[in-house]
Formats: sequence, C-alpha cells, structure tokens
Amino acid sequence: MDASEEPLPPVIYTMENKPIVTCAGDQNLFTSVYPTLSQQLPREPMEWRRSYGRAPKMIHLESNFVQFKEELLPKEGNKALLTFPFLHIYWTECCDTEVYKATVKDDLTKWQNVLKAHSSVDWLIVIVENDAKKKNKTNILPRTSIVDKIRNDFCNKQSDRCVVLSDPLKDSSRTQESWNAFLTKLRTLLLMSFTKNLGKFEDDMRTLREKRTEPGWSFCEYFMVQEELAFVFEMLQQFEDALVQYDELDALFSQYVVNFGAGDGANWLTFFCQPVKSWNGLILRKPIDMEKRESIQRREATLLDLRSYLFSRQCTLLLFLQRPWEVAQRALELLHNCVQELKLLEVSVPPGALDCWVFLSCLEVLQRIEGCCDRAQIDSNIAHTVGLWSYATEKLKSLGYLCGLVSEKGPNSEDLNRTVDLLAGLGAERPETANTAQSPYKKLKEALSSVEAFEKHYLDLSHATIEMYTSIGRIRSAKFVGKDLAEFYMRKKAPQKAEIYLQGALKNYLAEGWALPITHTRKQLAECQKHLGQIENYLQTSSLLASDHHLTEEERKHFCQEILDFASQPSDNPGHKIVLPMQSFAQLRDLHFDPSNAVVHVGGVLCIEITMYSQMPVPVHVEQIVVNVHFSIEKNNYRKTAEWLTKHKTSNGIINFPPETAPFPVSQNSLPALELYEMFERSPSDNSLNTTGIICRNVHMLLRRQESSSSLEMPSGVALEEGAHVLRCSHVTLEPGANQITFRTQAKEPGTYTLRQLCASVGSVWFVLPHIYPIVQYDVYSQEPQLHVEPLADSLLAGIPQKVKFTVTTGHYTIKNGDSLQLSNAEAMLILCQAESRAMVYSNTREQSSDAALRIQSSDKVTSISLPVAPAYHVIEFELEVLSLPSAPALGGESDMLGMAEPHRKHKDKQKTGHCMVTTDHKVSIDCPWSIYSTVIALTFSVPFRTTHALLSSGTRKYVQVCVQNLSELDFQLSDSYLVDTSDSTDLQLVPLNTQSQQPIYSKQSVFFVWELKWTEEPPPSLHCRFSVGFSPASEEQLSISLKPYTYEFKVENFFTLYNVKAEIFPPSGMEYCRTGSLCSLEVLITRLSDLLEVDKDEALTESDEHFSTKLMYEVVDNSSNWAVCGKSCGVISMPVAARATHRVHMEVMPLFAGYLPLPDVRLFKYLPHHSAHSSQLDADSWIENDSLSVDKHGDDQPDSSSLKSRGSVHSACSSEHKGLPMPRLQALPAGQVFNSSSGTQVLVIPSQDDHVLEVSVT
Amino acid sequence: MAVCIAVIAKENYPLYIRSTPTENELKFHYMVHTSLDVVDEKISAMGKALVDQRELYLGLLYPTEDYKVYGYVTNSKVKFVMVVDSSNTALRDNEIRSMFRKLHNSYTDVMCNPFYNPGDRIQSRWALLPVSASSPGGPYFLCPIQSRWALLLCPIQSRAFDNMVTSMMIQVC
Repeated sequence: MDASEEPLPPVIYTMENKPIVTCAGDQNLFTSVYPTLSQQLPREPMEWRRSYGRAPKMIHLESNFVQFKEELLPKEGNKALLTFPFLHIYWTECCDTEVYKATVKDDLTKWQNVLKAHSSVDWLIVIVENDAKKKNKTNILPRTSIVDKIRNDFCNKQSDRCVVLSDPLKDSSRTQESWNAFLTKLRTLLLMSFTKNLGKFEDDMRTLREKRTEPGWSFCEYFMVQEELAFVFEMLQQFEDALVQYDELDALFSQYVVNFGAGDGANWLTFFCQPVKSWNGLILRKPIDMEKRESIQRREATLLDLRSYLFSRQCTLLLFLQRPWEVAQRALELLHNCVQELKLLEVSVPPGALDCWVFLSCLEVLQRIEGCCDRAQIDSNIAHTVGLWSYATEKLKSLGYLCGLVSEKGPNSEDLNRTVDLLAGLGAERPETANTAQSPYKKLKEALSSVEAFEKHYLDLSHATIEMYTSIGRIRSAKFVGKDLAEFYMRKKAPQKAEIYLQGALKNYLAEGWALPITHTRKQLAECQKHLGQIENYLQTSSLLASDHHLTEEERKHFCQEILDFASQPSDNPGHKIVLPMQSFAQLRDLHFDPSNAVVHVGGVLCIEITMYSQMPVPVHVEQIVVNVHFSIEKNNYRKTAEWLTKHKTSNGIINFPPETAPFPVSQNSLPALELYEMFERSPSDNSLNTTGIICRNVHMLLRRQESSSSLEMPSGVALEEGAHVLRCSHVTLEPGANQITFRTQAKEPGTYTLRQLCASVGSVWFVLPHIYPIVQYDVYSQEPQLHVEPLADSLLAGIPQKVKFTVTTGHYTIKNGDSLQLSNAEAMLILCQAESRAMVYSNTREQSSDAALRIQSSDKVTSISLPVAPAYHVIEFELEVLSLPSAPALGGESDMLGMAEPHRKHKDKQKTGHCMVTTDHKVSIDCPWSIYSTVIALTFSVPFRTTHALLSSGTRKYVQVCVQNLSELDFQLSDSYLVDTSDSTDLQLVPLNTQSQQPIYSKQSVFFVWELKWTEEPPPSLHCRFSVGFSPASEEQLSISLKPYTYEFKVENFFTLYNVKAEIFPPSGMEYCRTGSLCSLEVLITRLSDLLEVDKDEALTESDEHFSTKLMYEVVDNSSNWAVCGKSCGVISMPVAARATHRVHMEVMPLFAGYLPLPDVRLFKYLPHHSAHSSQLDADSWIENDSLSVDKHGDDQPDSSSLKSRGSVHSACSSEHKGLPMPRLQALPAGQVFNSSSGTQVLVIPSQDDHVLEVSVT
Repeated sequence: MAVCIAVIAKENYPLYIRSTPTENELKFHYMVHTSLDVVDEKISAMGKALVDQRELYLGLLYPTEDYKVYGYVTNSKVKFVMVVDSSNTALRDNEIRSMFRKLHNSYTDVMCNPFYNPGDRIQSRWALLPVSASSPGGPYFLCPIQSRWALLLCPIQSRAFDNMVTSMMIQVC
C-alpha cells in the first residue's frame, strides 16, 4: 500500500489535533463512508465518566482517521499520547461466505494478531451491508451468517465489537438507524479507550512524580510527561483539565524553588540557576512556543524560559476558556514571582535585564488580551489590566533612570554601553511580531534609543495608567503614579509640568491626613515652586515645612532660613508685601485683657497680652506684629452703655484659641462644638425686650465645606485688611515655642473694637491670620457724671434715722478740691451729720482706690457735702443718715366701730389697702458741681405703725382703746404713752389702765392701750383725743438724737349711753325649761337712762305737754336661726325722753334646737319721719302692705341687710324704684348710745319628748 | 512576620502605622495609602454580602514586586493593612488571617479603654504637650510639669497594642 510508504506524519501541536483512530480492511469502503462519519461523529455529545471521582463530562468526540499501520502502534515504553491510536477499526462489506473465507478472514486474523502483539484491545469490526449488492447475488447466504461468522471467529465473548452498518450512503430511516447505532458504539468505545489509556497514563505519571526525590529525577522529563496529558485534554477540548495539568506543574516548580530557598535543593534545579542571558519576554501569540518547549525537552531552559513557556500555555488555555482577565491577573503574579524567584535562587541577572523582561511581558500580555477582546470589554475590565500598565510604567521608568535617559544631559558612555547590553539581551524580534508596528519589542527598543523617544513612551504609558486608575476610581494610585511623573518632570527640569501632579497628590494626602506623604510631597513641591519662581507659594510651602515636625531639625532650619533670606534681601519694589497665612508660622494660643473685662473708658489704657506659639525652629526677629481692629459705634444699644459694660461684662479676660488641627482631615467628632448664645434685642426707647432667641456664633465653622479645609495651601484666601485702627508691637523676637507679646493702647473714641487680623511682618513677608476666632472685642465708653441716691434698706422708715447711699459716678468729670454737693433741706427731713462718715473712691472696674473723710456743713437751708478729690471714671460712694420727722401723720387709722367718723387723710399720704405702710415723699434738690441744674431726688419714707381706736362701754362707763400695729420688719420699744383730750375740758378725765410704761412691739404685732373716760357733769357730745407714744428701734442701744414720739389723733362722738336693752326668754307657763318646738315668750325691756340731752334733738323728737318722746324701732333678729320669731319681729315704739322711762315688748319665739341658745339680737333704730320733700305722693297702703322700709343704714354691715332679705320681704334698700316715695327713715343709734345688757346670755332649751331624732348643733 | 502594620480610620486617615525598617517608613506610608484604593473597591464590591457573611478579611489587596499587601476591615469600617515581604513564603492566607484576628482583638481592647477617644490616633509614645493643646477633660492623663506644659501619659492599652504589633513584626507566625 502506498500509505505505508508515507513518512510518519509529524505531530503538529495545534488545536487541530484529534484522537487517532486507525482504519484497516477495505479502504475504498472507508473512503466512501468517511465524509458522513467525520461529520456525524461530533454531532452528539457523549457522557464521559471519569475515574478518581472526577465529575462526568459531556464531550463532543472528533477523530483523526488514519490508515492502519503497524508502526502506528506504540512500542513498549513509549509514553506519547498524542500519537497514540485509541481505536482500531476494520472495515469490510463482504457478504459472500466464499470471499470471506478466502481473503477477509485471513486479513482480519492478521490485523488481530498485530493488535494482540501490541496488547491493544481497542478495536472494532464494521460490516457494511449494501442492498444493491445483495440483489445482484441472489445465492448469497443470509447476511447474518457473515456477521455471525465474524463474531464467532473474532469476537470471543465480545459480540459488541462487531457492528453492522446498513446502506450507509442511502437516505432511509433504516440507514439512519444503523448509523446512530454505529456512532453510539463508536463513541462509547472511544471513551472507554480514553478512560483506560489515560488512566493508565496518569498512573504512570503519578509513579514518575513519586520518584521526584530520587537522585536522577528530572523535572523537565516529568514536565514533558504531564504536558502530554495536558495536550490530550486540550485535544479533547477539555481545557479546564489541561489547565490543571499546567497549574500542577507550576505549583510543583514553585515549591521546588521555595524549598531551594530553604536550603533543600534539588540537583536539577541548579540548572535553572544559570545566569540570565536572554530577556525577550513572554511570547503569547503562538499556541505553543516550540522553541522554548524544545529547550525544556533538551533541559537547556532557563528559569525565565520555563516560566515563560508555562505561562504561555496557561494563557492559551485561559483564552480558550474565555477568561482573559485571569490572564492579566496571573501575569502580574507571575512577573512578581519570577523576580522573587530569581532573587531567591540568586541567579545573576544583568542590571535592567529583568526590567526589560517585565516591561516586554506586560505589554505582550496586554496586547494579547486586547487582541481577543473588544474595546468595551477592555474598558469595563480596566481594574484587571491596570496593574500591568502600572508595572510596565514603573519598569520603563527604572530603565530610563538606569540608562541615563532621564537626566538633563542625556546618557553618558557608560549608560550607552548598558543600553547596548540590554538591547543585545533582547535578541532579534520574533517573526510573528515583526510586522506589528506597536510590538513590545519595537517599543522597548525605540524607548531606549533616545532621550526623546523614551520621554514619549514614558509619558504615554504614565498618562494611560493615570487615566485608567482615575477612570476606575483608584484616585490614590493615580496620584502616586502622578508623583512619579512629577519626579520625572523635575529631573527633566520641567517644574511647570510637575507642579500640577504634586499639588494633586498633596491635596489628596491632606484630605486624608497622611502626615509623612504630606511632608514628602510638600518638600518636592517646594523644590518645584522654587524652580518655577513662585515666590509666594514657595515661601508658604517653606513655612509649612519649617514647622513640620516630621522633618529633621536641619531641614526645618533650612526652610526657615529660606524665608528669612528672602525677607532680608532688599526688595526692588519697596512696599511690596508677600502675604502668607500665619498658621504655619505661629499660632495664636491665648489672649489676655487688662482690665480683664475688656472695657475701658475714653482715655484709659488697655493692655492686650497674647501668647503666640512660634512654629519656627529658630528664633525669628519680627519687625512688627500688628492687630487690625475694626471699630464700630453701636448707638442706642443698651448693651453698650457704661453701666451695662462695667457691671455685666465680667470675665477673667482670657480668651483661648482652639489649636488648629491643620493637617488632619475633619472627622465627625473633631468638629467644633456648637457655641450657642442667648440673644436679647431691646427696644432703644424704653429698653423693653423686643426679640429674644438663640444664635450660633461659630456657624461658619460648622457649615463650611469639608473640602475647603485643604485650602490652607491656597495663598489667595489671605487678604490683608487695611484699617485705621491697629495695635502695634515692634521689634519682637519670636523664640520657638510660646511667646508673650503685649499691646498697649489708649482708648480714644467710644465704641466697640473687634480684633480682626493678626499680622507679623518679617521684612517684606507678612504672616497674616485672616480671622481671629473666637471673636475678641473690647469696648471703650464715655460717661456723663451722675449722682445716685438710694436707700440702703428696702424702704426707709419714718421717725428713725435711716441710711441713704450716695453714689457719684464721675464719668469724664474730675472732682477737684472744693467740689461739693449742695443739698437744699426739706422741711420734714433732717440730714444727720456724723463726724466719722467716710467716702470711698473706686475705679470704674470696682477697684478701690482711696477713701477720705467726708466734710458735711449744715446751715438751716443748705447742707453742703464736700466731695473727695477723684479722677475721671471713678465712683465715689458714701452713706448719710436721714431722719423723716413724723410730721403729724396723724388722723390715720381706721376705726373698728360702726358709725364712727372716719378720720380725714392728709392729701399727700397714700393709704394703701391691707397692711401697707403709709408713705411720705420728701424731695431734696441737690446741686452738683458738674452741672448748673439741680438734681431732685425723691425719698419715700414709710410710717411703721398703723393705729386704730375703739370705744368700749359697760353700762354707762366708757373706755377708749387704742391699738398700735407694727407693720415694719423692725422691733420697737414703746414708751410714755399718753392720751390727752385736746379740747381740754376739765370735766373729763382720762384714766389710763395701762400698767407698763415701757413696752416692746415686735414686727407685725400689735399693742393695745386702754383709758377709762370719767366725767363729773354732763358728758360732752364729742371728744377729741390725741394719742402719743414714744418709740425707738429695739435693737439700737443709743441714738444720737432724741426721737419725736408717734402721735395719733381721733374723735369720739355720742359716747354717752342713752338706752339699755334687756331681753329675756321665759319657758311656756307650767314648764321649767324651754322645749324645742314649743312657743316661749320673749320679753324685751327698753329703758331710757338719761333725761333729754343735746343729742336727742333731732327730727324724731316730738314734744307734747312738756314731755318729750322719740320714736324708736326695735327689731328682733336671729342670725344664727336658733329661734323662729312668731308674729311681728319689729315694731315702732314711742319712747318718752326721760330717765327710767321703760318700754316693754312681748313676743313669741320658738326654739328650733335644743341646748344653750344665745338670745336673738334686739336692735334699736331711730325712726325718723319722712322729709317733706318725699311726702307728696305717699301711698300709705303701699308701704304698710309691703312692710317695706327704706333703711338708711349708712355703715350698716352686710349680714344685717341679708337678714332683711331672709325675712322674705321685698327689699328696698336699693332706692331707685322708691325714689320720691314718702318713706320714713331708720337711723341706727351710735354704738355708744345703746347698751345691750343681756348680750351674751343664753337660755337652756331641752329637746321635746316626742322627738325621735336628736339634733345636736354645736356652734 | 509583617514589615508594616497600619490601622486606618473609617475616614481613611491613619490611626496607627508602624513599619520595621524605619528608614523606609515613607515608602510604606505611600504603599498603605495606595492600598486603600483596593480596600475601598473590595468593600464596595462586597457590599451587603460582607455584612451577611461577617467576612472581615479582604485578602491580598495587591502584590508588588517585593511586598504583598493584605487587608482587613472591621464592621465599623476601620481598616487594617498589613504589608508582608514577598520572599516570606511561610506566611500563607491562614496565617495572615489569624494575624489580623489578633490585631482586631488588640484594637478592640484599645477601643475599650475609657481614656481612648474613638477616632484618635493610637498614641504609644510619651509626649510633651502644651496644656492648652489638650481639650479639658480630654482622654489623657495630663501630668503638669510647668504651668504651660504637661506630660501626656499614654493610655496603657495603647502600649499593649503597640507591643502586640511589635511581636507580630518580629516573630514568624
């Protein structure tokens, strides 16, 4: 056969590899069937059950059908799997027994023998039946016989090794069926063969691996074996399994390297430790890098070769598996790993060689991935590839530095030599990339060729990397690459390009508070700014660096010196200022006012002491430190008055400034606390409260944007304020650390001064603190001289010496020697001069400055008080004693008695209800030395006592009672009480019944005095009395002056008793006691005690036959409802005006309760006939029927009128409807004129016997 | 054996950072700072799943040629970053995990210290501070030396934390 002459087909390791199936027998037959077979075989998947518990897989089988040759069968020990024939098929379409016996059987036997010789058991015999042939030969045996024969002859027990394929080229259902059966059989057998042969192979491989500790073991050999397996899996399109093989190899190798590092070296590994001579990077464009594979096979591969080859295979498989991003990730790991392994194995590598290798490899991987993905996929998976970009950038940078491509002058000869060596190690470009313009090889070669080309490539890479990092949000990484780029630009002397990257990075570090990176970046930035000539920025950065504790002392001094050097050099533009923020230069720690309340009067001196904490490492001489002050006048503001300021603004005068946590980001808890204050807005006119609320003073701190905290770097934020008002301190040397600086100022204009900015100038450099916060203010005020007079106690008491405090606020007036206060004397008020009275002089801040004796000169009209000498804005205080004379306050007090004439009030005295004291105002006009006008001061004195009087009777004997009530808080001693009759009638005698001459009267207590009235002849109709009592405060031992006694005048009228009323109740006749419910008799006896007197002469008096009589009305009233009055309770009687005249009235009353009952009241009224004016329209019936009386009871009390009501009559006290009716009038007799002799008597009433209920009323 | 251990606040500023070759401190600062990118990425990628599974270990953040950077995030979003020498092959994932767990426990102790203010840097050195620099009633024992200066006594727990970190940097776990 010609096939046998053909040379062995070379194994091509491509994807096109398929498992080999040999075909023996009728070649023509096979050729005819082949197209259908190769097409149909992979169509249906087949489940492949795996050994070792591996998961079964559905697999599409394909085969490479080759003609059977004995050479194809593997010889003993040949481990090749790719060339291994997995199945042998014998094709025949013999249907003739004769033919079978003659040729086919022999051929089959021969074939079987060959197979047996190679112990191959994977075979199949296919008998193709053809209907057309059958028809031609009618004498043929039934077809089964041939099949049966073959089965008999060859398929010993394995009947399934023989299949029939019917009419394979026809298109019929039978054909289809037969094909299906055949294909299934074929697939099953193929898989069985795979399982068996691969299993055997794996076992062998494992055995080989177990021998790895034996001396002669070679990793390369083993590598080839396991890779064979990987190839087969790849051939079967089981890429996952194939990848596993490579991963196992990878891990095995890695472990060897690690062990080698740990001192457990394997011999074969030393071979990999040969110096690196070639660094041409990974090659991923071919499925199999045969060159490298062969070098491994030959055991000539270096570590890089092995790694490269291994990775290229893994990469290929991963790409088959559609996992390009894993390639990128593994690539980065591999590159890092290789660098580490070379280090570990101490392989000698020329400098830069690894960088080249890594750079090429990165780009190769990236290009390979780009080659198999579309743009959108790449863009969405930047996160996976950016690491490679970054790594490549880094490596290119280090190559650039190595080869002198970054320096300004370009590479020197040594650099060039190195470059040449590096390029030599790259070797020639590989053919597969030769036509690619952007191949990694070309890029590297170009980049290393010239400074310009390097710059171009490096910038391209850097920008691409930064862009990628930024696009996936890895800002920090982008900034870090940017910083490298900035470094490159700085090397290239292009600081203007570097600046933006440094600023960007710095901003990022500042925002997140990374101190060391901040310092480092700032240092770079300083250099950049210096080159750029950005003086202001450079100085600012320098000041920040000079105060940076992360730098060494020398570095800090250097930067500080930079500032000082600049400051000291003469400026070509005098007056030009460089304004820098103060924060980094020095910090304001605290501020101290003297006077501490930060309030000074015009012309006063204010000291402000500040503590500045210098951040500079060396002492700095500052020409001047200036505080800009903002001046504002707040008129009509209550808060800004001198009184308010001096009284209320009391603080310790120390203001602490919070330390600025400049370089750290603002976290939630480091925000300043809310500073809330109450706010009151008062109306300017009457000082009443208009609005009130709460304000937050540091709202600008709380609500500012978080970002702006990094604007510390921005010098533009600092503006120098030019104000008219400045506090200045010149030539100060600020030592490192805390410094005290004192400002002194003399207050000029009144108003509020707010400290705004703090500036320190060093030459032309100005360090400015733009806002002093918290707000610091001081107030300057001017004040008019004023005099205040106020009592020391709550109220002044009349009659005793009282202290009054004089306060002279000098304001802008200076009290000279001889200045005095002229007090015009009030009549009833004495100013008591005391020898030892002293005046105190205070400053406005209440510090005592001096005291001096007070000279008081009194004439009868004017009291002159000479003031001590006092400077402006001081306060003079002294006390004077004044005495208000009790200027006959007199007919005060209210009488308890009815019908008593009310004493008249003095017009000026104000009588307040209740227990308030009667007050008297005294006005004093004072002439002050600073004014031509007099000041009128009103002092109010209160009378400490209230006095009342009462007339008491006992039959015809009369007594006067005076009650003195102490309303004040003081205790007094009363002495020498007198009651005198002012009318001075000799007839009348007042006999005191008071035993003690001295009597204390305590606060809020009363003392009673009683006198008996005695007369010899007819008593006077009225009596004018004056009560006087001496008093002095009980606490004070001795008073310098004698005090006037307290007097009280009153009048008593109609005090002589005219009638005696006597009431008696008798039980019903035959009874011993009164009983409830039974009528008793009430007998009222009214007796006239005197003859006609002056007082009787009124309208009621009637004269007939020289006998005078008067009309009286009696009324029996029982207010406590103990008695029921039966019949008329009142009546009018005509009473003869003669001594002993008696009138008796009988009445029936019924007790309602049992017990001792007081008698009902019997009242007497004068019954006056109606006036003539009323008489005209009198309808006699009306008033008789109504029993209505117009009662003229002035001063009658309420219970009385209510008792009238209770009797059920239509009450007519309200006179409007009776106006004009001729009504008789009733006039109550004055209390002194009627004596009720039975008042207080009681009658025993016993309960009636048939009462079932006993009511006991306890009154 | 770690070469650098850092504790980073929720707001991404360092609460504590320490590295063994002190001359290369800056490099590690940059490295840890850059690694926050990946930490942020991982946290946002895990999202809810992280909370549910309570897996605080973030794994390898990114390898560099010489170092491996690992991350860990507490429930309160405080991050721990550990830098390990690449050549140190003894440290596998499990060891790193257990180191992080130890670190977390130590950090919890620091947080339990009543004198520690959450968010403050974990101070472990004696410091001389101006009196005014410390807020009144602040978290420190201030021992006045002169009127204006006070010795800041570092809280004891912070020392314990520091010692723990030192031990992690020295011993091979």
